[in-house]
Amino acid sequence: MPARGPSIRLLPRIDQENRFFWTSGSDGHLRFLRCSHCRHFVHPPAPRCPECLSEDLSPEVVSGRATVVAHTVNVQEWIPGSAPYLIGLVAIDEQESVRLTTNLVELEPEHVRTGMAVEVVFEHLDNVYLPLFRPVAEGADPA
Amino acid sequence: MSAATEQPLERRAVISGIVQSAVGRHLGRTDIDLTIEACLAAVQDAGLTRDDIDGLATYPGMGTGTPGFAGPTTPEVQDALRLRLGWHDGGGEGPGQMRALMAACLAVAAGLARHVLVYRTVSESTAQGSGGRQGIGGGAGGDGGVPRFSGFLQWTLPFGAVSAVNWIALVAQRRMHEFSLTREQLGQVPLNARRNAALNPAAIYREPMDLSDYLGARMISTPLCLFDCDAPSDGSTAFVVSHRDYAADAPHPACHVNAVGTALRGRPSWDQFDDMTTMAARDAAASMWDRTDLRPSDVDVAQLYDGFSILAMVWLEALGFCGRGESGSFVEDGTAIGLQGVLPLNTAGGQLSGGRLHGFGLIHEACVQLRGDAGPRQVHRRGGGLPEVAAVSNGGGPIAGSLLLTRGSG
Repeated sequence: MPARGPSIRLLPRIDQENRFFWTSGSDGHLRFLRCSHCRHFVHPPAPRCPECLSEDLSPEVVSGRATVVAHTVNVQEWIPGSAPYLIGLVAIDEQESVRLTTNLVELEPEHVRTGMAVEVVFEHLDNVYLPLFRPVAEGADPA
Repeated sequence: MSAATEQPLERRAVISGIVQSAVGRHLGRTDIDLTIEACLAAVQDAGLTRDDIDGLATYPGMGTGTPGFAGPTTPEVQDALRLRLGWHDGGGEGPGQMRALMAACLAVAAGLARHVLVYRTVSESTAQGSGGRQGIGGGAGGDGGVPRFSGFLQWTLPFGAVSAVNWIALVAQRRMHEFSLTREQLGQVPLNARRNAALNPAAIYREPMDLSDYLGARMISTPLCLFDCDAPSDGSTAFVVSHRDYAADAPHPACHVNAVGTALRGRPSWDQFDDMTTMAARDAAASMWDRTDLRPSDVDVAQLYDGFSILAMVWLEALGFCGRGESGSFVEDGTAIGLQGVLPLNTAGGQLSGGRLHGFGLIHEACVQLRGDAGPRQVHRRGGGLPEVAAVSNGGGPIAGSLLLTRGSG
C-alpha cells in the first residue's frame, strides 16, 4: 500500500473565502459553494457565480462521491522522507466540472482505474480537514 | 484571414537579431551577467548598437517562482546598459513565456518602439545548487514550521502535488487512458531531442540514448520518468524585434512574424480545465491559425514546448500536425519528427536535451533554422531549399502561446 501522501503536508492558508471548504470535514461532510439561483457548484470559491453572476452563493453538502479522472504515483522525494504516494484528480458526482486534486488512499496503484468510483475520507491536520478519496466498497449503498 | 483587407499587426515585426549566452549546468554566473552577454550580442547580430534600442521586454522579470526562475527585471537591464527606451514591458502573465516577444511585436507595430530587445534568462541550475530540483514551496519542514499557501497552490500542495511534473503527469496518464498512448511512443520525444542535441554543440545533454535507456530510467511521477522532464539550466536568450522596414538592412535574414496564437478560452487552471488532454494549447493554436492563410502542412520545422515530453505531443495535436489523440502514432518510431521527416521537431534538442531555456530556446532555434545556420542539423524542404515556415509554441497546462515565423515576408 503506498503512503497516504507526502511525509509533511503543506497546508492551505485559511481565509474568509476558503474556511468553509477546509473545515468542512469536521462533521464528516464535503461542501462546495453553490449558486442558489442557477444551482451551479462553484469551485474554487468565488464572490459570484461565474455562470449567472448571482451573488447568492452558500456552502452546500455534497455526497462525497466522485470519479477518478486521472492519477499519478509521485515517486520523486520532493519532501524529505516521503514514500511514493498516489495523487488523484477526481470529479464530484454532483457536477463533473468540479474537480479536486487529492490523494487516493486505501488502494494499490495497480488497482486504480480511470473512471472508478471513490468517496471522501478526511485527514485532520491542525485546523484543516483535507479531503482524500478511497474506493467505494463493491455493492455499497450510495449514501 | 477570412477578410484579408487588413493584415494582422504582428506582421509588421521581424526578428532581426538572435543570440544565446553560454548555456549549461551550474555555470556559476549571475543572471544579469548572462543577460548582458546575450543582449549585447543580439544587438550586434541585428547590425545595431545599443543607441538604436528603444524597447525592452522580458518574461517574467520581477516575480516569484523557484530560485533562478525569473531572470533580471527590465529596469535592471535598462540601467545596466543605460538604454533610452520608448517602451518597456515585463511580466509573467500572458500567452506563455513568448508573451514578451508578442508584446514587443505589437509595440513595434504600434510605433512605440522600432527595435525592441527581448530576453529570457534562467539561472535555475546555479541557484538550486547541488541539491537537485525542488518542488514548489521548497523542501518544507525544518524548524520554521510548515508554510501555508493561498491561491491555486492551496488546492495541490497539501496533497504532495508540489511540482508541475505532478500536474502534467495527470495529463499524460489521462492521455494513456483516452488515446492508448504508450510509454514507447512518449519516449520518442526525448529520444528525438537527444539525437538532435548530438548535432548541436551548445546542447547540454548529448550522449546517445536509446529506448531501453528511456524505459529503464527512474520514475518521477508516473508515467513520467527522468527523461520526460527538462533539467534546470543556466542561460540567457535574447532577440531584437524590429519593424519590418528594417529587414532589408539587417545583416542576417530577418525572420518575419506571420501570426501569434494568444487565446485562452477554458478555465485558467491546471486541474479545472474542461479538457485535461488539451488544455490551453488548444485555444492558443486555434487563434493562431485564424490569423493566417498558412496551414499546418505549410510548416517546415516545429519547435514545440517540451518542458515535459507530453507537452510536445499535446502541441502536435493542438497545432493540427496530426489529429486529436493521434500524436502517439504520429511520433511512433521517430521518423515523422526526425530531421528528414515530414515535421522535424525540436531540432536543437528541445528543452529536454538542449537545456531548459524556458521557451526562448525554441524560438531561437526556429530562427536559426530559417536563417539556414543550423549546420549539421539544418532542415531542408522536400526537394531542397531552406525551410520557409517555422512553428513555435511555449507553455503547458493553462499557459500557452504559439508563433508562426517565415523566412520571407510571404
